[in-house]
Amino acid sequence: MVIHDEPTPGEMLPILTGHSSAGRLERVLRAGHFAVTAELAPPDSANPHDVYTRAELFDGHVDAMNATDGSGANCHMSSVGICALLTRIGYAPIMQVSCRDKNRIAIQGDVLGAAAMGVSNILCLTGDGVQAGDHPQAKPVFDLDCMSLLETVRGMRDKAQFLSGRKISDPPKVFLGAASNPFAPPLDFRPHRLAKKIAAGAQFIQTNYCFDVPRFKEFMARSRDLGLLEKVFILPGVGPMASARTANWIRNNVPGIYIPDSIIERLAGAKDQKKEGQQLCVELIQELSEIEGVSGIHVMAYRQEESVAEIIKSSGVLQGRVPWYPGRDQKLLQERARL
Amino acid sequence: MYSVRRWAVRHAGGLDKFYQGFETLLVKLHPLWEKIGYQRLERPVAKIEQLCKGLLFDCKMCGQCALSETGMSCSMNCPKNLRNGPCGGVRQNGNCEVKEEMRCVWVEAWDGNRKMQTGERILAVQLPVDFSKKGSSSWLSRVRDVQQQAVTESTAEHSSGKQ
Ligand code: SF4
Repeated sequence: MVIHDEPTPGEMLPILTGHSSAGRLERVLRAGHFAVTAELAPPDSANPHDVYTRAELFDGHVDAMNATDGSGANCHMSSVGICALLTRIGYAPIMQVSCRDKNRIAIQGDVLGAAAMGVSNILCLTGDGVQAGDHPQAKPVFDLDCMSLLETVRGMRDKAQFLSGRKISDPPKVFLGAASNPFAPPLDFRPHRLAKKIAAGAQFIQTNYCFDVPRFKEFMARSRDLGLLEKVFILPGVGPMASARTANWIRNNVPGIYIPDSIIERLAGAKDQKKEGQQLCVELIQELSEIEGVSGIHVMAYRQEESVAEIIKSSGVLQGRVPWYPGRDQKLLQERARL
Repeated sequence: MYSVRRWAVRHAGGLDKFYQGFETLLVKLHPLWEKIGYQRLERPVAKIEQLCKGLLFDCKMCGQCALSETGMSCSMNCPKNLRNGPCGGVRQNGNCEVKEEMRCVWVEAWDGNRKMQTGERILAVQLPVDFSKKGSSSWLSRVRDVQQQAVTESTAEHSSGKQ
């Protein structure tokens, strides 16, 4: 299986008609495949190999990986930096941009720089409050919010201008994403907020951890009633929990994460809690992929990144598809020759 | 004051109606404002606005009031300055992710919004905040906007009538 438009690092793929970006994620989604994205653990180091070894863990199993932007308000290597390294060898990153740490001048500059490096996907986030992270003394910026950020980047792309109205000669061709949390109050506002994000420019959505499937189904049904499902690709978030204790800690300490008691009890009752957490994740992926309007899955395997490939494989959602990674085609050819 | 702020949200319907009437009056008085001079009015009006809205809504004088779009819950009291709805961090009890003891201003906004006739306005996407307007009177700027809009509309009609 050789794709004739195999990417050459530093060179963009052609942009297909009806697409906003040259990226593979948009291609996979628009072609109707079930997409898989995963969160890359950002290193606390200046070593590029830390990024590459973490990215390699996902080889052949994900269509794009999220480069987080100080998620949980903790300091790590920047999303721009990670994207620079990843695009260098052809990986498809989703660059997360949070409004917490940068104002509109810095953000728009980063968007141009990222697009120039070959970043095709941008995820617009408000960001967690500084109180949640390791630098609670920091000054929160929040110059834009995720909604006005979406509008801003869409304006840069479609109108070829900065927020100020000044012209951009080569606009950033990016596929725009946003996050959604169907599990946080006020629950009946959430589908409307999704509608707003779509109106502001969101083309794909990644959600927070999804442990409560009935609640998620309700959210999707309401979104369908609002006519949103045809307008956006939705990738619910999942992840393996290492133990009941971890799940409990995450639920109490990480903003916006909702884990029902039944999940914690199931983990607590298992002999091998880590295995059970992974099994649960596989089941969730399978269950979520059946829901109308779900276009893919987003895996956040905090401190268990090495388990992602196995989880995706066991879930069977790729249906034999092997997402591109550096050297994939060569490897596949070798395998075929050996047979 | 927090308790007054929450009272205001509970009475969002009445306050909204009152404001609509108040705005119409302000717009009608435009010739008077013009005579006195908008620039001269700016400081005293901003002061009065700050006192009234500060008391009622804990107004932060962003200068581009969105209370009618936010169920009379001032969104500048959101620690993340969100103008377009609640962040994903709202606690399960409806309190704020950042200030644990405060109710999320957007949970309040959603409640207040239900009490307003113009309830669909909360669904409109708000543009980025213009921080250069901070401290200025949004009443006066609203009057000037409405006035400006009327002028553009009438000139547009006028010029299309000529053709
Ligand atoms: S929980 Fe509500 S008030 Fe607190 S930061 Fe989020 S949106 Fe703002």
